[in-house]
Amino acid sequence: MTQNKNSVDGGTLFFRDRDWHPPALTPGYKTSTTRAPFRPLIAMPSTLSEETGPAFGHSMFGELDNNLILNFTGQPAVGERIILHGRILDENGRGVPGVLVEIWQANAGGRYRHKKDGYLAPLDPNFGGCGRTLSRPDGSYEFLTIRPGAYPWPNRVNDWRPMHIHISVFGSGFGQRLITQNYFEGDPLIARCPIVNTIGKEEAIRALVAPLDMNRALPMDCLAYKFDVVLRGRRQSFFENKREGM
Amino acid sequence: MQRLDYLKETPSQTAGPYVHIGLTPNKLGNAGIYPADLGESPIRPGAKGERVTISGEVRDGAGMILRDTLIETWQADAAGIYPANDPRGAADPEVTGWARIIADFDTGEWTLRTIRPGRVPFPDGRLMAPHIALWIVARGINLGLQTRIYFEDEDNDSCPVLQRIEHRERVRTLIARKTAPGAYRFDVRLQGENETVFFDM
Repeated sequence: MTQNKNSVDGGTLFFRDRDWHPPALTPGYKTSTTRAPFRPLIAMPSTLSEETGPAFGHSMFGELDNNLILNFTGQPAVGERIILHGRILDENGRGVPGVLVEIWQANAGGRYRHKKDGYLAPLDPNFGGCGRTLSRPDGSYEFLTIRPGAYPWPNRVNDWRPMHIHISVFGSGFGQRLITQNYFEGDPLIARCPIVNTIGKEEAIRALVAPLDMNRALPMDCLAYKFDVVLRGRRQSFFENKREGM
Repeated sequence: MQRLDYLKETPSQTAGPYVHIGLTPNKLGNAGIYPADLGESPIRPGAKGERVTISGEVRDGAGMILRDTLIETWQADAAGIYPANDPRGAADPEVTGWARIIADFDTGEWTLRTIRPGRVPFPDGRLMAPHIALWIVARGINLGLQTRIYFEDEDNDSCPVLQRIEHRERVRTLIARKTAPGAYRFDVRLQGENETVFFDM
C-alpha cells in the first residue's frame, strides 16, 4: 500500500458543521451585518495547506505565561481567583498535545487593558489580561487567573456581556484554527447575550459554559472551572491512502 | 442502532474588538508580559526564495476599512514544503511559514513581508498555484474566515482549487496585484460588490 504524500498522516480534516457554529450574519449582533460575507463559501475537502499548520515549542514560554494573576507586574491582580483548566481534544475524542492555547479577558471589574475600552470600571494596575500555554501530552492545559467581570457594550441600549474569557487554539492543521469564548456556570447574562445567541443551537451554547469544578479548587486559595475545547477531527482511512489502481 | 461517539467541534465566537490583548499585546502597547508577539515574521533572514511584500486592507460591506482585524497567514517554503507536519519532508529551516499581522490602528493597512511560496500538491497530485492561506478574524466575524492570496504573475489557471470557483469573475478577488518588483496589493472585501472568495475547507 502506498502512502499518499499529498495529504497529512492521519487524514483529511472533518467537514465543519456550519449549522453548529454561528452563521456569519446574525442581526442581533449588529456589527456582523456589515462584516458577514453574503456569497456562499467555496466548499471542498482540505488540502495540505489546511492539514499542516504552525508548530510551537516549549522554549518560547515564560514561567508565568499561564498565570494571569502574576504575569503583568509580579504583584497579584484583584478578583476572584480561579483555575481555568480542561483538555484540548479533537472530534475523535483524542487529546491533542502541543496545542498553543492563548487567552485574554477583562479584569474583575469588567475593564479591558485596551486603548479602545473606555468603560468606567478602573484598570487594575496588576492585571494585563492575557496568558498562554502549550497543551500537555494528554491535551490538558491550565491557567491561573481571576474571574472577569461582566460589562456593558454598545449594541442595543442595555446589552451586557456575561463573564467570559476569550480562548484561541491551534491544532496541528491551519484549518483547525479556532477562537471561542468560555462562559461560567450559573451566569444569568449568558441567555441574554446577543453574541452568545449568534449560536442557534442550545446544545452548542452549553458547550461554551464551563462548570464549577470543586475537585480542582484549592482550599483557601482558588476555585476552578473546567473548559474542554474540541478541534476538527481528522479522517483516517486506508482507502484514502491508496492510490488509484493500486 | 449503535451510537457514533464523535465529539462536536467547539462552537466559534467572535474574536471581538480586544483580540490584540491576547494575541499581539506588545503591538497594542501592553508590553512586559511576553518578550515579543508571536508570528512577527514567517521567515528568518537566511530563508531561501524571492522576497515579497504584500499590503492590503479589509473593508466591510459599507466600504469602511477595518482597523480592528487580525490576520494569520500560513505558507510553504520556496520549494513548496510546509514547515510542520508535511509528509513530504523537511522544509527550509529558516522558514516558519506562519505570521500574525494586524491592521494599523489608525489606517487599517496591513503588510506581510515574506518569501514567495512554492507550489503545493492538491490531494490528487496536481499542483496548486503558489498561495498563502489566510485566516481573518475581527469584531463582527463570528467564525474566522478562510481565504488565500494568489499571485498575479503565476499560472493560476491550472490551480485545482481556483478551478472549483464556478463564478469565474470572482477568482480575481483571490489574486494579489503586482504594484512594483516584489510588491503586491491584496485587498479583502468582506461583503457586497467584489466580495472576496472565502472557503470552507
